[in-house]
Amino acid sequence: MKLTIGNINITDVVLGAESKVEGGTLFVNPKELEALVLEDGNIASVSFDVAKPGESTRITPVKDVIEPRTKADGPGGMFPGVVAKVDTVGSGVTHVLKGAAVVTVGKIVGFQEGIIDMSGPGADYTPFSGTINLVMDFVPRDGLSAQEYEKSLRVAGLKAASFLGDLAKNVKPDEVIEYDFLSATESMKKYPDLPRVGYVQMLQSQGLLHDTYVYGVDMKQSLTTMISPTEVFDGAIVSGNCVSACDKNTTYHHQNNPVVTDLFARHGAELNFAGMIITNENVYLADKIRSSDWTAKLCEMMGFDGVIISQEGFGNPDTDLIMNCKKIEAKGIHTVIITDEYAGRDGTSQSLADVDAAANAVVTGGNANEVVTLPKMDKIIGSQDYVDVIAGGFENNMKSDGSIVVEIQAIIGATNEMGFNKMSAR
Amino acid sequence: MNSKEERDLLKILHYINQFYGGIGGEEHAGHLPEMREGAHGPGMAFAAAFGDAATITHTIVCGDSYFGENLEAAKQTILDMVRQVKPDMFIAGPAFNAGRYGVACGTICDAVKTELGIPVLTGMYVENPGAEMFVDKMHIISTRDSGAGMREAVPKMAKLALKLARGEKIGASIEEGYMPGYMRVNFFEKERGSKRAVDMLLAKMKGEPFVTEFPMPDFDRVEPLPPIADITKARVALVTSGGIVPKGNPDRIEASSASKYGEYDIAGVGDLTEATYETAHGGYDPTYANVDADRVLPVDVLREMETAGKIGSLHNKFYTTTGNGTAVKSSAAFAVEFAAKLKNDGVDAVILTST
Repeated sequence: MKLTIGNINITDVVLGAESKVEGGTLFVNPKELEALVLEDGNIASVSFDVAKPGESTRITPVKDVIEPRTKADGPGGMFPGVVAKVDTVGSGVTHVLKGAAVVTVGKIVGFQEGIIDMSGPGADYTPFSGTINLVMDFVPRDGLSAQEYEKSLRVAGLKAASFLGDLAKNVKPDEVIEYDFLSATESMKKYPDLPRVGYVQMLQSQGLLHDTYVYGVDMKQSLTTMISPTEVFDGAIVSGNCVSACDKNTTYHHQNNPVVTDLFARHGAELNFAGMIITNENVYLADKIRSSDWTAKLCEMMGFDGVIISQEGFGNPDTDLIMNCKKIEAKGIHTVIITDEYAGRDGTSQSLADVDAAANAVVTGGNANEVVTLPKMDKIIGSQDYVDVIAGGFENNMKSDGSIVVEIQAIIGATNEMGFNKMSAR
Repeated sequence: MNSKEERDLLKILHYINQFYGGIGGEEHAGHLPEMREGAHGPGMAFAAAFGDAATITHTIVCGDSYFGENLEAAKQTILDMVRQVKPDMFIAGPAFNAGRYGVACGTICDAVKTELGIPVLTGMYVENPGAEMFVDKMHIISTRDSGAGMREAVPKMAKLALKLARGEKIGASIEEGYMPGYMRVNFFEKERGSKRAVDMLLAKMKGEPFVTEFPMPDFDRVEPLPPIADITKARVALVTSGGIVPKGNPDRIEASSASKYGEYDIAGVGDLTEATYETAHGGYDPTYANVDADRVLPVDVLREMETAGKIGSLHNKFYTTTGNGTAVKSSAAFAVEFAAKLKNDGVDAVILTST
């Protein structure tokens, strides 16, 4: 599968009378987007704002972050099975509004929504302090269940990002990157001497605000399966979860999966990127055993020499991570796992809920319990009403000077377990 | 020196063995603990490294064999000396690969830290038995295996000692030079995690050396007790990490990374209802626990069993916290507290529910 990514560098987002992409600026007519998302009767109203890097702005409680993309050529469309109709994506040409993001905000569903600070110490922890964010702040219809509310907001964000992406269908990209994922036989013939490397991506699937959808399928109802790594660039995997904000994979993370891009970067030179497996993180023990059995079995069937396993979430999914690692290692296949840590605020507690000697190669996204003081911001998009109850917050954590004290687990993407960030711990 | 500088000058107490104290080698290893004024032996190098920031006011010299063979007595004598001096910081060693010296440094640092609350630092070679014994209890600067590493070890120890003494933020182990295994600290790498993972995998597949970012710790596994002989006579308590709390979460137990647990009275409560109980836990879909908290904390079923005589009784208090993102160390501390209460209240068995 051959996919060409055309990046269109967005240097400004402007709310105005017309929606278009011109000269690196994304112009958005909020009325058009409003009409689009209000097609869903569960949404009572939506307001729009733009947050730019370096501004004294805090966005919270954030549910998802999505990169606007469009299918400029080839089969299928963005977010197949959710926004576009079901059709295999991952080939042709995809245009990306690089530097822009849609951020969805609204009163909390659970406890797992997070914070994005556009400047100050909090900005160092989230990649979305570096994007120009079109923030959509939703008010749901009264009487919605948590599940209905979560679904409506999830789909609204994806629809909006798809609409904005479509504005760039005919814009000439500033940068073009080609990804070619070969069939098993093609890659074996072409790279007979390179180690066959696979990627096992664990997808959160524990229930409300802990779900992930693949072509619209709730991943907790799927057996472990395979996907072309190019499909993720076209929104085949979308986030329906917030876990804790720090180690939730937003849809943006999936669209820009760093393990996929870094394996492609070495493909054909040092390794043969031979396949990608997606598996779930269900709550029942039988599911965990079944899914990790299948993961190890597929790795063996694919003849991988080594795999990278990325996790999502923490605690309960640590057991899935260790099961995957142990069973794959037992097949004689080398593993590296990417996780994060909950080592306590002082860093002296045990970091993971499950460990095994087989997991001897670990990359960590850092200790999510580390405490940070986020100074007062001039502008709040959304509401700070929840910063004490979201995961990572605690009683009386809002200070009289307007600053808030949180564990970094409250910050979107802070300890990402796909290795999106540079932060680590020792 | 003006008075302000005098106030700011940190007082350091240094512990060394008989060899570094200039008394002699193995034949003097039985030397009893003595305290001298000022810096001695390696303390001179520390004093130079501290400059105007700190001063070694006293040095304790003790024979390695004496310490090892008279552990309690040596500890008490030395602790008394430390109490007398009241230093801002306690430094031991560095011990390099000297086994008994390393164990002594670790032991006395641990005692000074836990019993007197004074910050401590030692240094030794990674294979020193003292390293394995104390690596999870204190900062230990990683040194070479012999005294030839003194020049390298002292600046690292001095720098970290000043930070510890001042209560400043401590960097990650690879930044400060202490052994990993005690304290996990965040820092920013040069490459993103995914790139580091690919690099590590390529090295691992080739059989080349690589360094894991998180060495697997020993896991604390608890052996179950023998079963209750007669459950129909037993007093049974409920304990949960599923976050069940009275409606409104009166003690504000956190949704994640709990700093506390709750103790709630359920005398006369036969059923947890939507109106009376809920979950504070942020790690699972709370819908079903909020509708009927018995699903997580089965008070209703245990009351029925109590009435039917299937268990002796249901204890009238339950203990609860959120397991979500809560440090194991915190959980263990909560359990130590409420396990004592449960024992005190004559509870025979506990049903622990998680989510």
